[in-house]
Amino acid sequence: MRTNSGVICMIFVLFLCCTTGKCKLEETKPTNSVSLDTVKPHPNDIGEPQPYPEEEQGKLPVFTMNYSRIQIPFEFTLWVLLASFSKIGFHIYQKITIWIPESCLLIGIGLIVGGIMYSVKEEPPAVLSSDVFFLYMLLPIVLDNGYFMPTRPFFENVGTVLWYAVVGALWNSIGIGLSLFAICQFEVFDLQDINLQENLLFASIISAVDPVAVLNVFEDVGVNEQIYIVIFGEGLFSDAVTVVLYSMFAFLANMPAIDSIDVFLGVARFFVVGIGGVLFGLLFGFMAAFTSRFTSRVQEIEPLFVFMFSYLAYLVAELFAISSVMAIIICAITMKYYVEENVSQRSCTTIRHVVKMLATISETLIFFFLGVVTITTVHEWNWAYILFTLLFAFLWRGLGILVLTQIINPFRTIQFNLKDQFGLAYGGLRGAICFALVFTLGDTINRRNLFVTASVSFAKVFYIKIRRTNKDLNTINVEIHTRTMEHLLCGIDDLCGQWGHYTGKTSRDSFKMFNDRFLRRILLRDRKAESSIVSMYKKLELQNAIELLDTTMGDISAAPSLLSLQDEKKEASRPKKKFKATDIRKMHDILSKNMYRIRQRTTAFTSKYSLPDDSQTREILIRRHASIRRSLRAENFREQPAQNISKSLRYYSLQPGGNLDSALPLRRRSHAIPEVDRLRSSGVSPRSSSRSLIPMSKLNTIEEKRSPVEASVASTHPLEPSSTEDHLDEVFTGSRVRGRRAPVPAARRRGQNRVDEDEDENISESQGEERHLPPRGWAPENRDLGANEAGNSLLRPSSLRSQRSWRT
Amino acid sequence: MNPEPEPEPRLNLCVIPVSAAVLLRLHQRFQFLDKDSRGHLRSEDLEAELSENPIGDRIVGAFFQPGQETVDFPSFVRVLAHFRPTEKNRTRDGVQPEPANSRNRKLKFAFQLYDQDRDGKISRTELLQVLREMLGLQVTEEQLQSIAERAIQEADLDRDDAICFDKFRKSLEKVDIDHKMSVRFLE
Repeated sequence: MRTNSGVICMIFVLFLCCTTGKCKLEETKPTNSVSLDTVKPHPNDIGEPQPYPEEEQGKLPVFTMNYSRIQIPFEFTLWVLLASFSKIGFHIYQKITIWIPESCLLIGIGLIVGGIMYSVKEEPPAVLSSDVFFLYMLLPIVLDNGYFMPTRPFFENVGTVLWYAVVGALWNSIGIGLSLFAICQFEVFDLQDINLQENLLFASIISAVDPVAVLNVFEDVGVNEQIYIVIFGEGLFSDAVTVVLYSMFAFLANMPAIDSIDVFLGVARFFVVGIGGVLFGLLFGFMAAFTSRFTSRVQEIEPLFVFMFSYLAYLVAELFAISSVMAIIICAITMKYYVEENVSQRSCTTIRHVVKMLATISETLIFFFLGVVTITTVHEWNWAYILFTLLFAFLWRGLGILVLTQIINPFRTIQFNLKDQFGLAYGGLRGAICFALVFTLGDTINRRNLFVTASVSFAKVFYIKIRRTNKDLNTINVEIHTRTMEHLLCGIDDLCGQWGHYTGKTSRDSFKMFNDRFLRRILLRDRKAESSIVSMYKKLELQNAIELLDTTMGDISAAPSLLSLQDEKKEASRPKKKFKATDIRKMHDILSKNMYRIRQRTTAFTSKYSLPDDSQTREILIRRHASIRRSLRAENFREQPAQNISKSLRYYSLQPGGNLDSALPLRRRSHAIPEVDRLRSSGVSPRSSSRSLIPMSKLNTIEEKRSPVEASVASTHPLEPSSTEDHLDEVFTGSRVRGRRAPVPAARRRGQNRVDEDEDENISESQGEERHLPPRGWAPENRDLGANEAGNSLLRPSSLRSQRSWRT
Repeated sequence: MNPEPEPEPRLNLCVIPVSAAVLLRLHQRFQFLDKDSRGHLRSEDLEAELSENPIGDRIVGAFFQPGQETVDFPSFVRVLAHFRPTEKNRTRDGVQPEPANSRNRKLKFAFQLYDQDRDGKISRTELLQVLREMLGLQVTEEQLQSIAERAIQEADLDRDDAICFDKFRKSLEKVDIDHKMSVRFLE
């Protein structure tokens, strides 16, 4: 039924669009006809002269229609709606998207609509005309790419990217242009009037990489990070290259002769374009960051600055005819780093959402109109030229990638194998931008329509979905172990300190120092540490309280028992289970979905339509607490000969088969806060997961509360020690019902008792005494050794005691 | 007692696993971590850095020899030397001891993350522990058990319900260990 409704929706909107098209036809008739029927002349009491004196005088118009007034926005909205409905429709009927990428489907729908409009003799709105495209449609996509770009891998691969972009583009365009020109020489194809410059011009358009298409094609393919970054970067830089080449060839196409000085000028122009783009991007990025420093009182308009400044960057770059794509990308990167630290959480979310939304809309529209315009423009179809274009493009691109990769592989630590190269080659093929660019070719060039057709077909061909590269189904072992190693590496990176993330080049280090000393002071809001931490804490608390109220109360498993060794022994003696293929696949799914994403190393590349997932950082925050506790216990038990006890106690107490879901919100609540404190006070926003944490030192110990969990959950809830802040109380009233202890926020420099809890704990009498022990916690750079030592020694017997009591 | 700015001379006698520049930086880092200037690190110092890491406590544990509570600078360097990127085209000199950053040693390091009781095998319990630490909280216990079961089945040929080091190494033969376990900073 759902598919039916989707289809019906689409048809309906299609119909609407066509009728509005028809309405435009009638527009030529003056509004007289409409007004004659419905619009009455002004009522008498106003006393204005009647426009149609022969009309009858005034009955009040009950129902009027004024289409011309709203026409443009109305049609725009309808087009957007139509495209979006098609998108919905595809996702309802999931099977289609497996075979055909969404972009192709959109083009298909566009074709249908174009066909309808063509038969109605209608002109589609000129969306793909140069101005509209470049000023409005391209911008959100590029902004999206820049904003969500993983910066670290990008900068690590900058050399490779530049290499592929610049040299590759040159190679491709010259190669394709020359070979096409050679083809044109054959009289058979009747193409002699295309001279060299025009060919080169066309080739330069064809050969550049289009970030829109690339990311679309790779959206569903499991592509690894390196390829993604290289192609992405290539797309960006090649914009700069393309601009230069294009303008150069366009200029040359009008000139009778070429001097060598022109080539030199072309090179100089390239540098101007590239560096200018970067500079403008930086400039506007810094301006945006600086502005966001002062917007703490006007949080509602904070997202606006991001968009406006990036748009400014784009426009100014267009003004000077330098690479606007690069300007925006650099602007977005710069902005993101600083703005996300300054603005509130809500603004941050808003920015991300809006960026994604605009980008999706834009992209949908582009593909849609690609289909529409295909039908409605005049085509000149010269088989030979088009076929050869396709052939040469692929050929030269493939060759280019091979050669370039061979040259650059020795310089890279992670080398590209053949599969990677194929991905590079395929991904770098043309798309919508090329089409728009061709559209903008002046009509002076004779064969403009030919070019248009060629590029359209070009785009179509390469949207065919690449066969999904079979992810080698790693064995479970490999998956587990590689993830362990990634965590390990992350940990070692942390241990090595801030420099661990950089290659050790002094330029990188000096940038980091420069950044910390100057830029951050200027561009970041003065951190009123208390208020921001407290506000963050409040937010989290409220959130968790809401979650708490939502979850049902009876979910806490009644008698949590640990996976004692007896259970394990029992399982070991079981005969080996046969694992079905589905089970295994499920296991892979579980592993891949649930293992912690390593921060800074991998991000969710799988779908560009979803926002990057920050929930993992939260979970990691929770995990930290657990690992601290475990290590405490590990310390305690290092002396113990009975290792068995320590191991079993490290498990979270859950029944086999118990539901971990219920445990989650509680744990989140209690554990999230100390992390947030620590992160915030170290100047790192917990939102941004791509940051290395500035090392922090501990302040207070985290108290362990392991006590036997009784079935009854609603035990009396002892009050917090004195330093509870007031706002906590009301938040925790909800928790009190469940018998949980509320954690106390660590005001940073006070040696407060930080109370911790586990999901299976219950408050026992013994905890009353324990609570007053000096606990260990976290604080920035404020070591409290005395408390530590005392805490340690005091803690051990207490937890031993509690644990012993539990064991019995 | 202030630690000397230069690394202690006795380190020079053994094969220094890292270059001098890296050694200096590591020393600075060591001093930074050693907040009280004791000359050695305790586990709390290391844990401060690794709090976010799901297996942070294991990593910290890898620095400490069994029974020891402190890490001095040579041990610190020795452990970190495992993560140097492997050099290609290294002349295999049979006399020299295997370098710390060889693939074998890296794998051994990773293996020991699992194998906390140092019996040379990853038992099912150990594997389960690590899985639990690494997996999110949405995974049920049954699923964990199945995954661990499957992992052991894949790798366990001698039917002792544990993964020995050879099997561990074999199962990872296709993986680019050098990439996954190298920190370029230590080059």
